[in-house]
Amino acid sequence: MPFFECKDLVKDFGGLRAVNKLNLHVEEGEIVSLIGPNGAGKTTVFNLITGFYSPDSGEILFEGHNLVGMPPHKITELGIARTFQNVRLFPNMTILENAMVGQHCRGRSGVWGAILGLPSYRAEEARIRKIAEEQLAFFGTRLIGYRLEQPASSLSYANRRRLEIARAMATQAKLLLLDEPTAGMNPKETAELTELIGKLRDERGFTILVIEHDMRVVKGVSDRVIVLDYGSKIAEGSYEEIAHNERVLEAYLGKRATQAEAEA
Amino acid sequence: MNTGTKLGLKIGLYGGIIAVYVSVIGMIEAFAERDMIRGVVSLGHVLLFTIIVTTGYLAVRSLDQAINPAHVEDKKKISRGQALFTGLIAGLVVAAMIAILALIAEPLKVREVLVNVSPALLEVLTLGQGIPTGAVLLLVLSALLGATGGLIFVLPPIGRKAITSAFIWVVFLGMLSDLIRVTLSRPSIPSAIPRLLVTSNGLSVSGAVIVAVAAALLAIYGRTWQAKARAKIESLPLSGQKAVRYSGWGLVLLLLVFLPGIVGRFPSEVLVNIGFYVLMGFGINIVVGMAGMLDLGYVAFFAVGAYSMALLTTSDARLLGSIQMNFWTALPIVIVITGLAGLLVGAPVLKMRGDYLAIVTLGFGEIARFLALSDWFKPWLGGAQGIIKIPNITIGNFEFIGPQQLYYLFLVASLIVLFISYRVKSSRVGRAWVAMREDEDVAEAMGINTVYYKLLAFGMGAMIASVSGAIFAAKLGTIYPHSFNVFVSITALSLLIVGGMGSIPGVIVGAAVLVGLPELLREFSEFRFLLYGALLIIMMILKPEGFIPSERRARELHEEDRAQDAWLKQAVTPAANPGSSD
Amino acid sequence: MIDVVRTRFMDRFSWVGLLLWLLRAGVLILVLWGSINTLLSGKYSIDNWISLIIAGLAQGSIYALIALGYSLVYGILFMINFAHGEVFMAGAFTAYFVARYHASTGFLERNPLLSVIIWLAVAALVSTIVAVLLERLAYRPLRNAPRLVPLITAIGASFFLQYTFRGLYGSGFKSFPEIEPLQGTWSVAGVNVSIVQVVVLLAAVVLMIGLNWFVERTKTGKAMRAVAEDKEIAALMGIDVDRVIVTTFAIGGLLAGAAGIFRGLYQPQGISAFMGFIPGLKAFTAAVLGGIGNIPGAMVGGLFLGVFESIGPNLILEGLGIPGANQLRDAIAIVLLVFVLIFRPQGILGERLAEEKA
Repeated sequence: MPFFECKDLVKDFGGLRAVNKLNLHVEEGEIVSLIGPNGAGKTTVFNLITGFYSPDSGEILFEGHNLVGMPPHKITELGIARTFQNVRLFPNMTILENAMVGQHCRGRSGVWGAILGLPSYRAEEARIRKIAEEQLAFFGTRLIGYRLEQPASSLSYANRRRLEIARAMATQAKLLLLDEPTAGMNPKETAELTELIGKLRDERGFTILVIEHDMRVVKGVSDRVIVLDYGSKIAEGSYEEIAHNERVLEAYLGKRATQAEAEA
Repeated sequence: MNTGTKLGLKIGLYGGIIAVYVSVIGMIEAFAERDMIRGVVSLGHVLLFTIIVTTGYLAVRSLDQAINPAHVEDKKKISRGQALFTGLIAGLVVAAMIAILALIAEPLKVREVLVNVSPALLEVLTLGQGIPTGAVLLLVLSALLGATGGLIFVLPPIGRKAITSAFIWVVFLGMLSDLIRVTLSRPSIPSAIPRLLVTSNGLSVSGAVIVAVAAALLAIYGRTWQAKARAKIESLPLSGQKAVRYSGWGLVLLLLVFLPGIVGRFPSEVLVNIGFYVLMGFGINIVVGMAGMLDLGYVAFFAVGAYSMALLTTSDARLLGSIQMNFWTALPIVIVITGLAGLLVGAPVLKMRGDYLAIVTLGFGEIARFLALSDWFKPWLGGAQGIIKIPNITIGNFEFIGPQQLYYLFLVASLIVLFISYRVKSSRVGRAWVAMREDEDVAEAMGINTVYYKLLAFGMGAMIASVSGAIFAAKLGTIYPHSFNVFVSITALSLLIVGGMGSIPGVIVGAAVLVGLPELLREFSEFRFLLYGALLIIMMILKPEGFIPSERRARELHEEDRAQDAWLKQAVTPAANPGSSD
Repeated sequence: MIDVVRTRFMDRFSWVGLLLWLLRAGVLILVLWGSINTLLSGKYSIDNWISLIIAGLAQGSIYALIALGYSLVYGILFMINFAHGEVFMAGAFTAYFVARYHASTGFLERNPLLSVIIWLAVAALVSTIVAVLLERLAYRPLRNAPRLVPLITAIGASFFLQYTFRGLYGSGFKSFPEIEPLQGTWSVAGVNVSIVQVVVLLAAVVLMIGLNWFVERTKTGKAMRAVAEDKEIAALMGIDVDRVIVTTFAIGGLLAGAAGIFRGLYQPQGISAFMGFIPGLKAFTAAVLGGIGNIPGAMVGGLFLGVFESIGPNLILEGLGIPGANQLRDAIAIVLLVFVLIFRPQGILGERLAEEKA
């Protein structure tokens, strides 16, 4: 049973085919990069996987479950979490609270537990807090200590991205979908995050599917790279294979430029 | 014409419009029936004078803003003379407009259209002296008041605080003078005390002076006293601090328990009415404040609670046979039924955006009222006549009849709901609601089942309203559809907004002020919804997080301001460590 | 294949979905059953229906004029001007006094047409002033606030205006004077139609055509459409956005004021400070029905609502055996509002702005 797989996934928006019979798979413990020029449909794929869009046809299988038709929160429960291209934190919740929200689907206590203050509720709250703090601590000293009680909107840009990842980590997902995690970061931050992504897999056991534009990151993290263009997969392989693939170069640079490059 | 004069004229014009408005809709006349300080000045006068003083103050303030633009460091000061002059101009303009109104009222027969421009109003406006003398007197007085207002702006902060505090407390206690008189008129207190402070209509002159002085002292020394007390408490060991806090709450609780006895019967009636709205406030706080869904039809849940309690307990056999349950056995059933109604209302609106959700819920509320009123449902709901013969609430042999007894029901119910609200707010459920409110899609992506939590909010809100409704039915003994109109929802919403959305103490304060004042003071009750409307507008523009905001809400609504401040701060302080991203 | 079908179905399934589907089906069945019953029973003749429909059109045209105000403002600011019903009321109520004066001095009898024109002018003026003040004082400071804040402000403004006018003019119910030439009926193709209905309908249609011309053909109208498309770009193109917004409110006010007079002609009684609330809600229904922000939609929606409201109780409710069907006339309109917002918020003709999602 494959860990994660999309079979012939199709999504149309009116007359535009955003995802065209996409087949991709991810093995457990892999880090796979999803690249392609702007508008290739990468974020759409993420939206389809996480249940925000419904595919027009095709299947999305995760550990034996068919995700098509499931509400997003159920998909998160099953073990897939994501970050967003334009960081979407809960700006007025504190950093700790943001991370704790990630733990929501792993909790069970409801209104009664809260009202009665049952021991099980209290234990769960303590556990949620602990796990949230652990995820935050993964990023060093930046998101812990006095920062925990500060509103998320007070964070710098790079820290916001980190917090978003921490929040996704807090869901104790098996598969993380990172949407352009290094966008807008400076080289130092990018390098650090590249390393952290590796650590996410090595130390914490996440399987990761990353959308990226920065090829240094792609080179630094990927076991495998999948290239999309106009909604279709045009290439798949290791970074080296992809970097020299003519079709990929064409997609990014255009036919003439690729020819010029080849002739040079 | 210098700036001061120009601004004085301009702000005076605005002030004059407000003064004329307040006269023409009948507020001044209504207020004039209550004396603030017996024989000296009535509430109507106070209203007028407050407008004039405030106009003077604002005129000088806008002068200050005009000559000191925000980015300039050096602030030019306005001289006392300038302030007095500007304020004076403003005051004169207001008075002029009022005088014109008074002058044309008779000859132009204004009263035929604007019905509240009555002789009584004119009497107030001319300070009881009739047209020529009164108008002149008004102009002079206004000039003085306006100048005073202007002066207040340039006073040192201590002076400003002292005067404002004295003024506010005198007005406030003057309005509540009846309450004070009744409370203090008991055998255990020597009658000299109430006689010193209050009279049968307003404060006595001595009372006013005493209050003013006390309030001024409070304003001047209040901060230091507070700081000293706090220091003293913090110097105690932790156990000592805890003891202080608990005994503080204990005192409050004690006061609450004895309150009906202290204030007497009529104010207890007011307390009971506040109680209805405190309960509903807590309920609507969950739907609107915590979960962020603007429910304008909240009264429907109140109605369902009342009607189901009525139907289950009434001894009137015409409707639905006669089940005649006891209040307490019926209550759980009522709560469950209303909870289900909450789910029914919530289900269709789950995917709607905020404004449509508001209108739809308003629609639901109106439909419920139409149905309750209709002939169609008359056999079950009693149509326009409603349901009668609803028995009182009893525990064993004790019957809750008067307001002083019903108060305790509300106290207990409110404390329970308060406890529930606090607990839920800081729990996993509360976090889910806030997350949903801030970004619903992301909340869903983080594993929050938004359908469930929205329904939960509606359900809980409905159930809380139903308790209020159930007590309402039992208290009145008869219920009609007319009691369940959109104004109830609006009142609940207003007190939430004024008090602070999502803020639990805010609900209590909001209810006390917005429901208590109109109940205590007949003059306010006539203009109740006018004031609610004005308050909603003003609050949304100036202070949308309410007066006692939950910290989070304040952040949410002033996002732009804070973002700007943060950016400005960054721009000013040099980067600590270039290349570091902290 | 069956797998796909099954997942498609499971896709849509949830308890809430089931409830909504039942609701839809239930209402449809009730509507059909009631209508068929009534039609079969033959209680009403074709003439009855036609006169009901014409009455509905007249009433609907009044709703349409008010609905245009909602749509215009929504198209530009994406806010619901909850207080628009009070804009309508302000004009009508104020013009009442002019009308009363005309009636008492006999001016009305001598120059009915001129009288009504003066009333129209007064009502339009007052309504426009109220609308513009609303925009300037209550809404403009909140241009950039989160969506719910202007809505709450609008609600506050609505009540504020209601009670202000009650304070100004008193709390009783007034009636517009009757106008002789408009009483009575004409016979058109064998059917009796009430003159005032036809007059109101025609006048309203003239106004709507005028508005359409204004929006499509004039420079200001073009500016309005530009601002409605994209405020920022319009500003960059040199359009004074603030002025356009004020103009929009003003036009909405003007139409509402006119609607107020038509209301006074068509239904002289019940003029009070509270007369705007229910018509405001209904007009909003009409605006949504036609697709909020959509001008022809508001017109169509208004007319549709008027007719639906007129024949609904008789056609549907009586057929279902519900007593006192005419009482529920207002309720029917509100039920329609609720249903449209739940099941088809983009309206019949489609909204200019799609529903918000991810």
